[in-house]
Amino acid sequence: MDHLPNLVAEARGAIEAAQDIAALDEVRVRYLGKKGEITALLKGLGKLPPEERPAAGERINQAKQELSSELDRRRQLLEKAALDARLAAESLDVTLPGRGQPAGGLHPVTRTLERIEGLFTRIGFDVAVGPEIEDDYHNFEALNIPAHHPARGMADTFYFDASRLLRTHTSPVQVRTMKNEAPPIRIVCPGRVYRSDSDLTHTPMFHQVEGLLVDEDVSFADLKGTIEDFLHAFFERDDLSVRFRPSYFPFTEPSAEVDIECVMCGGDGCRVCSHSGWLEVMGCGMVHPEVFNHAGIDTERYKGFAFGMGAERLAMLRYGVNDLRLFFENDLRFLRQFA
Amino acid sequence: MKFSEQWLREWVSPQLATQALADQITMAGLEVDAVDPVAAAFQGVVIAEVVDKAQHPDANKLNVCQVIDGSGESVQVVCGAPNVDVGQKVAFAQVGAVLPGDFKIKKAKLRGVESRGMICSASELGLEEETSPGIMELPLDAPSGEDFRAWMGLDDSTIEVDLTPNRGDCLSLKGMAREVGVLNRLPVEGPAMSPVTPTHDETFPVEVRDGERCPRYIGRLIKGVDVTADTPLWMVERLRRSGVRSIDPIVDITNYVMLELGQPMHAFDRANLHERVEVRLARAGEQLTLLDGQEIALRDDTLVIADGRGALAIAGVMGGEHSGVNTETKDIFLESAFFTQLAVAGQARSYGLHTDASHRFERGVDPELTRDAVERATALLLEITGGEPGPLIEAVSHEQLPAPRQITLRRERLEQALGLSLPGEDVSEILERLGMPVEADEVAWRVAVPSWRFDVAIEEDLIEEVARIHGYNRLPVRRPQARLGLRPDGEIYQPLSRLRRQMVARGYQEAISYSFVAPELQKALMPQAVSPTLANPISSDMSVMRASLFPGLLKALEHNLNRQQNRVRLFETGLVFRGELDDLSQIPMMGALVCGNRDPEGWAARDDKIDFFDLKGDLESLLAMGGEPDAWRFEPGEHSALHPGQTARVLYRGEEAGWIGTLHPAVRAELGLKVEAVLFEVRLDALSQGQLPAFTPLSRYPEVRRDLAMLVDESLPVQSLLDCLREQAGEWLTGINLFDVYQGKGVEDGRKSVALGLTWQHPSRTLNDEEINQLVDAIVTESGQRFGAQLRS
Repeated sequence: MDHLPNLVAEARGAIEAAQDIAALDEVRVRYLGKKGEITALLKGLGKLPPEERPAAGERINQAKQELSSELDRRRQLLEKAALDARLAAESLDVTLPGRGQPAGGLHPVTRTLERIEGLFTRIGFDVAVGPEIEDDYHNFEALNIPAHHPARGMADTFYFDASRLLRTHTSPVQVRTMKNEAPPIRIVCPGRVYRSDSDLTHTPMFHQVEGLLVDEDVSFADLKGTIEDFLHAFFERDDLSVRFRPSYFPFTEPSAEVDIECVMCGGDGCRVCSHSGWLEVMGCGMVHPEVFNHAGIDTERYKGFAFGMGAERLAMLRYGVNDLRLFFENDLRFLRQFA
Repeated sequence: MKFSEQWLREWVSPQLATQALADQITMAGLEVDAVDPVAAAFQGVVIAEVVDKAQHPDANKLNVCQVIDGSGESVQVVCGAPNVDVGQKVAFAQVGAVLPGDFKIKKAKLRGVESRGMICSASELGLEEETSPGIMELPLDAPSGEDFRAWMGLDDSTIEVDLTPNRGDCLSLKGMAREVGVLNRLPVEGPAMSPVTPTHDETFPVEVRDGERCPRYIGRLIKGVDVTADTPLWMVERLRRSGVRSIDPIVDITNYVMLELGQPMHAFDRANLHERVEVRLARAGEQLTLLDGQEIALRDDTLVIADGRGALAIAGVMGGEHSGVNTETKDIFLESAFFTQLAVAGQARSYGLHTDASHRFERGVDPELTRDAVERATALLLEITGGEPGPLIEAVSHEQLPAPRQITLRRERLEQALGLSLPGEDVSEILERLGMPVEADEVAWRVAVPSWRFDVAIEEDLIEEVARIHGYNRLPVRRPQARLGLRPDGEIYQPLSRLRRQMVARGYQEAISYSFVAPELQKALMPQAVSPTLANPISSDMSVMRASLFPGLLKALEHNLNRQQNRVRLFETGLVFRGELDDLSQIPMMGALVCGNRDPEGWAARDDKIDFFDLKGDLESLLAMGGEPDAWRFEPGEHSALHPGQTARVLYRGEEAGWIGTLHPAVRAELGLKVEAVLFEVRLDALSQGQLPAFTPLSRYPEVRRDLAMLVDESLPVQSLLDCLREQAGEWLTGINLFDVYQGKGVEDGRKSVALGLTWQHPSRTLNDEEINQLVDAIVTESGQRFGAQLRS
């Protein structure tokens, strides 16, 4: 009995000396196990006189509890150290790039077309598309551009034969829609168009979005409002100056060209705007009654406006692309910039 | 249309600086393209008289001249121009002058002789682009000592307006002045013009045989003109500032009148006119040598001016060489005619021509201008070349002249169209100043359309005129009102944007390539393909419409490979064109191409090259979007561009929807591609289809799985085995997972082992071993019978 304090001190020393869980377990077995030394003391209580037993039992139990909690504390410590060591060993360089297929990207023209479509569909326009090989009637005649009209010289047309051609604008889609649907009509027509022009600032194919709204009580003021809203939304600038310049298209009357304050120089004049401070970005106007006549729409009851813009031009201005031809080379180094 | 600002200001001169005037014109719908000074900057040049000329003692080609430049004494100057002579008035750059190009004139010695200044040529003063052969000779009445620049009025600008084709009426000073007058509410006054009194009564017969195309024709004989006379400097300058070169006085005068009033005219040499002047359609094949020396064979839809012997000129387009004025000409026949737009439209272009005359007639020349123009030209001729004018010879088909038009502009309609109520008197004034007399009442204006406005035919045209002059930017701005109505929206359809984004998510960049391709490339890929060919392509390698997206994708691949971009994943959507024009399909497709390594180069990447199954996986991910995987099938197929053993026809609901395969090695060799590429193209209408999800209750009973390894001939498509399995596996089969395909050790040559995991589940009870064993037996028996399949033990 008298050696209990020594025994406890010895056990404490052994606990502190244990460097891993296995060693600690051995210590526990040695002192507190079934055949352990502390356990042996408890078993030896019966040999003591009855009056000494309670006191001796309490001391031994106390010593046992002390050692038990020492063991637990040491175990937690060792476990944590083991975990820390494992975690340290498992650490990664998290700055390495991830694995797998990187995402690709949309073509900047698609990106622009979708953005324009989105702005208009959100206020109730539908998207309409149509064939690209068109006939003379839908591309010209129905748009009030009869044969020999000087305006035919405005668009250099790709022909297949006397009457079939590559559409020079997406207006034929408007014609088809007006023929097939009754007003109110609100559509935007995105798509490829073709003109036989190829130089620094022209490609023989490009993309247009045209819009058409036909309803009762539509005025030039509505056209102006729609275009201004659109340009402000597209360029995300509510203070962007927009001006309307009288112009001529056979299918609209009155007609206008739309200029915006140059987005490159803020209107001060630069190479992009030919030092005018303005950029021509769209054409628009009120639908010409002759176009309505071809479509069978009552010109007294209905009015409409139409507008058209080139997607490449808007994309160039929006993203600062300086060479139109890049759009159709499909150079990955170009395309990846728009992902 | 190019003109001098000074010239315009003689007609109407608003209190506006040059740029402000140009901006005003632009904002009225007559877009000013350029405003350029008519002469480069120079100073210190005065008018001087050459009073003496002597041979330079030491240089053959130089003269030592004395000029009087108003400074008091004569100035000595050495001049190398061959045409310098005593008595001339010249432009003299004094010592201290600065000529264009910052060229300073200093006192100098030329081969030992002092020279104090320089006698200038037109090109040295920036008045001619080409180097002038000699000095500029000024009129003898030019005042010596006066500043040359001021005297010439060179502080002037050329304004170039890019007119829209409806505004033929502005192709003259008169027309431009009218517009500027309206914009500034100013009166417009042209030069005084009055008819010339004939001094003889000789005429020449004129027969207009096509009054529909030529409703008015006026001719006049002017006898005894001096074609050697000089065109006066003021006229040469005005022509120059309008971009027209001086040729001879007759041509210069007709050009001048055309610029001034808008009437193209032509002068014939009377001596070369025989019998009569005829205005008629050409006879097919009739020959004509044009003024530019070109010999053409006329078509019978071309209106010509002819005489008794044949065609002399294409009406309203260009005169002929033989009947034109030349240095021998004594008497001229001056023509001023009204040819209709339709008579001239397309004619010039059809002969590869474009002239100032055709440009104007195509857009419409005022039929009431014919006579004024001939009188104006005659007056100028008499002044410059002299001559004896005869009476006017006029042939008119009154009923063929454009009928006077009246248009009603309703007040309510104007207000509704512009969203604005304009004061009635403003509207009347705008119209009146445009030359449109109006009668106004409470509801409308009755507007008479002037003969020069071919573009004004309906009420909307008048609305535009009012809006344009009032100013588009002063018109109100409003947002359209609409009734909100929901639109039908087919949930089963995959929008194109979703399909595109799926490809983007799988690592593809979107390409956009031209819809026309090189016929050789298309032929190399698809010798059988038929698609329309352009009649007027930009170049031969963009001449045939693509019958497939493959040519464009391969061209893009080539472009990138040539730029060290070796891992290429591209897709494109767009129309392909199949069939002859009369039997044409324009089919929306999606196509894709992969090439290079499966993974992008990187620390964790493997070096594996892509193969057929990479692209097929990506395609399957698209097909899965519609939610009906069973509607799609791949079957071995043959496509001329693709490897015969690595090609599948893609079927949607049993119909061909596209192709996928590895580029054929032979095609690859032909295209000079060193690397393998795998491509697909599938119809977008099929890709966009789908079906609504239909819920199946989840079973609470356990799933049973059996794995089977089947040995089959290596040539057997796995799809056939799968079909057989599905057929035999009963209605509780919930899945087949093909988890291994093996050939090699342990499997007989020519055979392959296909490992499949089949799962069954019953909705309302536990399946027992007995039933599953029966199903497996059925599968094994049937596939054994059909394909010689055996269970691998």
